[in-house]
Amino acid sequence: MSSTPTTSLSPFRGEGQGEGRGQHILKFGRTHVTVVLGFAMVALLFLVALLAPFISPHDPIAVTTNDSYLPPLSPSHPLGTDELGRDLLSRVLWGARVSLPVAFVAVAVGLFGGGLIGLVSGYWGGLIDLLLMRFIDALLAFPGLILAIAIVAALGPSLTNAMIAIGIVAIPTYARLVRALVLQLKQMEFITATRSLGATAPRLIVRHLIPNLLNPIIVQVSLSAGFAILSEAVLSFLGLGAQVPTPDWGQMIHTGATFLANDPWLAIVPGAAISLTVYSFNFLGDSLRDAIDPRLRT
Amino acid sequence: MTAYVMRRLALMLPVAFLVTIGVFLLAHLTPGDPALILLGEDRNPEAIAAIHHRLGLDQPLYVQYVTWLGQIVHLDLGRSVTTHQPVAIAIGERLPATFELGAVALIWSLLVAIPLGTIAAVRRGSLIDRLATGFTVGGVSIPNFVIGIVLIFVLSVSLRLFPFGGYVPFNKDAYENLRHIVLPAIALGTAGAAINMRFTRSSMIEVLNLDYIRTARAKGASWQRVVFIHALKNALIPVVTIIGLQVGGIIEGAVVTETVFTWPGVGRLAVESILNKDYTVVQGIVLLAAFSFMFANLLVDLVYGWLDPRISYA
Repeated sequence: MSSTPTTSLSPFRGEGQGEGRGQHILKFGRTHVTVVLGFAMVALLFLVALLAPFISPHDPIAVTTNDSYLPPLSPSHPLGTDELGRDLLSRVLWGARVSLPVAFVAVAVGLFGGGLIGLVSGYWGGLIDLLLMRFIDALLAFPGLILAIAIVAALGPSLTNAMIAIGIVAIPTYARLVRALVLQLKQMEFITATRSLGATAPRLIVRHLIPNLLNPIIVQVSLSAGFAILSEAVLSFLGLGAQVPTPDWGQMIHTGATFLANDPWLAIVPGAAISLTVYSFNFLGDSLRDAIDPRLRT
Repeated sequence: MTAYVMRRLALMLPVAFLVTIGVFLLAHLTPGDPALILLGEDRNPEAIAAIHHRLGLDQPLYVQYVTWLGQIVHLDLGRSVTTHQPVAIAIGERLPATFELGAVALIWSLLVAIPLGTIAAVRRGSLIDRLATGFTVGGVSIPNFVIGIVLIFVLSVSLRLFPFGGYVPFNKDAYENLRHIVLPAIALGTAGAAINMRFTRSSMIEVLNLDYIRTARAKGASWQRVVFIHALKNALIPVVTIIGLQVGGIIEGAVVTETVFTWPGVGRLAVESILNKDYTVVQGIVLLAAFSFMFANLLVDLVYGWLDPRISYA
């Protein structure tokens, strides 16, 4: 009962029987180059966020009105400056420190909230499943962005509230995914066998169900991180997320759009940063999905 | 079929009930007292109490909910806290512009998605397939307000081909109406185009591998005939689902696009109302968005069965 048997839901495990973990990862990386590329892109983004205080040439919120509206490739300001003379490169680099934590917290809220609902609903079934799934249906009835906007409007515009709102929007996806997987797993022989050997519900869930849920969840985490960054940018663009003077990409685009006629880079540079970040997470999610479950390939 | 529709409607009732509770609570959790917004500087306790009484805010929350539910059943969404206009009328005035934008965006997305998805599937692995696949990931990764801003900068500010915002009603000046709608429709429809293309491609690949396609080819039908007459019709069935959901989510997409292009639709009204703390209008729009999304889901299920008779409603 100590090891989790291989199931069709965990192809990672099936491929590497008899190999060391390192060897198995290496083999997986060699056969799935796009996954490695996706991981590299996302890792680079995290590195930028982590090292922003050291690699930023200037203070991202330091106002130097004498240096306002400097174009890109200006001396000491590679991407130019904004209307208050703040260095755009520094603000874009620091922006990663806002967007990535938002994605992390929002995905965590969605994963734990939705995962718990899905696990309880799928494992116990019956009335509790019926009630929880109607609650999830009600959440799903709202278009994602509208729900996030409504929650932020109710809680008040701020970055923290934006994180919570985006996390709540992600809950139904995880709840549905985990519930469906648990229902599938419950039918499998190894679960029946483990239960008949006297395993308690918590042991069954923690030792046998959760490890088999990980692969599909990893894919979903990557895809919903992209959605979270996109949603945060939208909320900040609408004035409902990060507030001035936080160097936030969505908020920078909002301000930059005012100066589009003469200084288009003020909006286009942060726009490119958001797009590249979301692209990296989507690319990783798609590659992982193709690698882990080729049946889902579109 | 009728039994299925009735069963689906019955299942929708508890969900709709929960949705109304959610919308009601969200609006009532909004920070800021509507009475203070209405009164401005004149904030004496008597005036505040009078407004609370007039708006029913001095009643217990469940009484307020039941009263509100009774009103919305009669399509009375209350009055705007800031303009005093009936919310249903405020939304009704803005809806045509949103529908117009949503319809053109959908047409744009299909004009791009179906031919590109079909070609990518037929020429699988070719350069055009790789470009199309790149477009699908790029299309969903670039926020629509970034697309909008780039379009404004290139086609409006630099090349002066299109106006950068605003709205001209079709019945007033058809040509100007079209000029004003092009950029917001592209901005709004590009993500949909990417998603639709992806589904068209994958569905087409699946259909092209089916036996009846091989039979049609063996009978001597040309590739064009096989692809466009035999395969496309079946390949588009899953795409219909996605399109249905996109129609249901028009208001969601319009929120940002309408703000960027100062388009006088429901999406922009939503943002303005949130910023003005006009909770009755926000409530009305969120409710409308949720119900249109729910009905779009139902409609998609029904249309799906009509298009594909193999799907049973039993």
